[in-house]
Amino acid sequence: MRFVDEFRDADKAHALAAKIAALCEPGRQYKLMEVCGGHTHTIYKHGLEDYLPESITLVHGPGCPVCVIPMGRVDDAIHLASQPGVIMTSFGDMMRVPGSGGSFFDANAEGTHIRMVYSPLDSLKIARQNPDKQVVFMAIGFETTAPSTAMTMLRAAAEGLTNFSVFCNHVTIIPAIKAILDSPDLRLDGFIGPGHVSTVIGCRPYEFIARDYGKPVVVAGFEPLDILQSIYMLMVQLSESRAEVENQYSRVVPWDGNLVALKAIGETMELRPYFEWRGLGFISHSALQVRQKYAAMDAERLFQVPGVRVADPKACQCGEVLKGVLKPWECKVFGTACTPETPIGTCMVSPEGACAAYYNFGRMNRNRVAEVAQS
Amino acid sequence: MTRSWIDEALAQSEPTGHQGLGAEGRRQLPLAEPGDREQQVLDRIDRARRRRPKVREERVTMSHGSGGKATHTLIEAIFLDAFRNPLLEPLEDALTTDSYVVSPLFFPGGDIGDLAVNGTVNDLSVAGATPLYLSAGFILEEGFPVADLSRVVESMRDAAAAAGVQVVTGDTKVVQKGKADGCYINTAGVGVLGRDADLGVAQARPGDAIIVSGPIGDHGITIMLARGELDIEADLCSDTAPLNGLIAGLLDAVPEVRAMRDATRGGVATILNEIAKAADVGVLAVEDAIPVRPEVRGASELLGIDPMYVACEGRLVAVVPGEAADRAVAALRAHPLGEQAAVIGRVREEQPGIVQLKTAFGGTRIVDLLVGDPLPRIC
Repeated sequence: MRFVDEFRDADKAHALAAKIAALCEPGRQYKLMEVCGGHTHTIYKHGLEDYLPESITLVHGPGCPVCVIPMGRVDDAIHLASQPGVIMTSFGDMMRVPGSGGSFFDANAEGTHIRMVYSPLDSLKIARQNPDKQVVFMAIGFETTAPSTAMTMLRAAAEGLTNFSVFCNHVTIIPAIKAILDSPDLRLDGFIGPGHVSTVIGCRPYEFIARDYGKPVVVAGFEPLDILQSIYMLMVQLSESRAEVENQYSRVVPWDGNLVALKAIGETMELRPYFEWRGLGFISHSALQVRQKYAAMDAERLFQVPGVRVADPKACQCGEVLKGVLKPWECKVFGTACTPETPIGTCMVSPEGACAAYYNFGRMNRNRVAEVAQS
Repeated sequence: MTRSWIDEALAQSEPTGHQGLGAEGRRQLPLAEPGDREQQVLDRIDRARRRRPKVREERVTMSHGSGGKATHTLIEAIFLDAFRNPLLEPLEDALTTDSYVVSPLFFPGGDIGDLAVNGTVNDLSVAGATPLYLSAGFILEEGFPVADLSRVVESMRDAAAAAGVQVVTGDTKVVQKGKADGCYINTAGVGVLGRDADLGVAQARPGDAIIVSGPIGDHGITIMLARGELDIEADLCSDTAPLNGLIAGLLDAVPEVRAMRDATRGGVATILNEIAKAADVGVLAVEDAIPVRPEVRGASELLGIDPMYVACEGRLVAVVPGEAADRAVAALRAHPLGEQAAVIGRVREEQPGIVQLKTAFGGTRIVDLLVGDPLPRIC
């Protein structure tokens, strides 16, 4: 298949793997964080770690939009969906995320109308078809999905729709990366930068990572060869003791981002003073809320949202996993009490979550696998 | 579902060797080599997965119909538990029943009528039986157009004729508008077991080959696109077809077939997992070897679905001894429904209970049972 197979070529992967291995200094350990959950998914889905030498460890970062939603926000969403006359729309990823009283699926089994949509624009269709209902879109995601929420709001405003609103949970990636860089638990050598977020914000916002923290960043695409090439580019920088922001995903990511998308976000949303991230706690200026100008489309203004903070179950170590301090299997409930079918933590729910990716795709001893595959 | 299930789940989980894994705790504990520790965790998970399944939800959710983990749990914990008997337990039948709730009722390549006949014919055929007679039960919604009903029934008649079976008894119920979605059909079928071979996925042995009879995922993707919710169009048809002819040819050529399954809900991945679990063997599949139409691959890529989990309604997965693999593929390819039959993997001793995939990229990963339901009501 064109534009897919080229980026999954096993021969090219073998060649890159040899070049990466040649760049490893003997005795040195390398820890590279892939910030984005999409990368984590690709790495496990294609078995990319099989190509890496033992001395390179990939650390999974916080960039999974579902994983960072705290339990309290799920409860708030279900509370909104339980109001009379409300249809809630949500991306499929959110449907199984547990709140303190169950997930959206459980809420539906008890009578709410939470519908899966593939695009926020589908919510407008539902709003037009149900003029007597209030359609609330559960907006989640980083800068990747915020523009589509913004465009949907602008279109609703242009159409004069009065029964559509947004429950805004959009978050921004830079404060989360900064929180990780400032965390004392973790020593990282470099970052595989998020690709889709960067299509919107560009590469410039990462410059502080190289300048102030001395860590190289390579913005990467989502096919396995993209990631392998980005690891190679990071290793070249490290071997030359450079720390710069480089763009491997230049076929999609413009250095300055997408100005139209940024403008749409700026028109409809503004930074919140603070927002709670699952496992990471409150981070200031790390999320977006609907601007006063669009108050009529802000579910948090239209409805009473309880906003109760719900503590994570004690055993859950999502925070450590999201920060890359723990590998998924090092969490003490991983795979026994917390599984994809009955997740306790969000990292086990989304296909982009590190725990789900490891459980579904990587739950095996790789050394042994390599031996078996060769024999 | 309330908070209490979390506590319950925690109570069930085994104590581990490394509690309090904060950075602090980790530094204080004397630890084994990372590889060993990871292996200990993997072993613990393996034990957890072998425990008897339990339905934790208080209400039925759409996931229970997905054919994935939740479906397996529901069947094992609720139905098998209640009806437990030696004939039911292996879940390989010569009397079968199946209900059809597909939406939309009519789709490219078929409709709920031929699906209801072919599905039950196939359930019997993969058990090694020659299907003979079917029953048909209809649940109709008030207001359902009679013309549509005629179309469905005619298509059932044609499908029955093509498969060489007769519909010999039936039932009709009508429910008020809003209490059903147009038309649901249940069919049950009986067949005769022509040979005393002991077919079943538990018979798989290391060295066996795993074969599919053609491109996978056509039905599921066709239904998904036919719903028109995705604004994607592709030149695709459902693969709904009776497999009894294809299977008769295979059994004639390769009497030593160990097991057969038709890859419906949950797709080929689910069957590979059933093999690994029932026979306590490992399965190694090769992504490059699995036939998938470009249209199905393209749509799956766009939607973020793995074709390995997408339903087929006319595809056979067979386990045969390794030395019979070529003969089996040749026998399948001799039939029009099996022209693209291929060996997609092997049964092995290593990693019992686990299905592993050699990816086209050249890496390895696990293929687990599906969790949740990407696509309800496909059959």
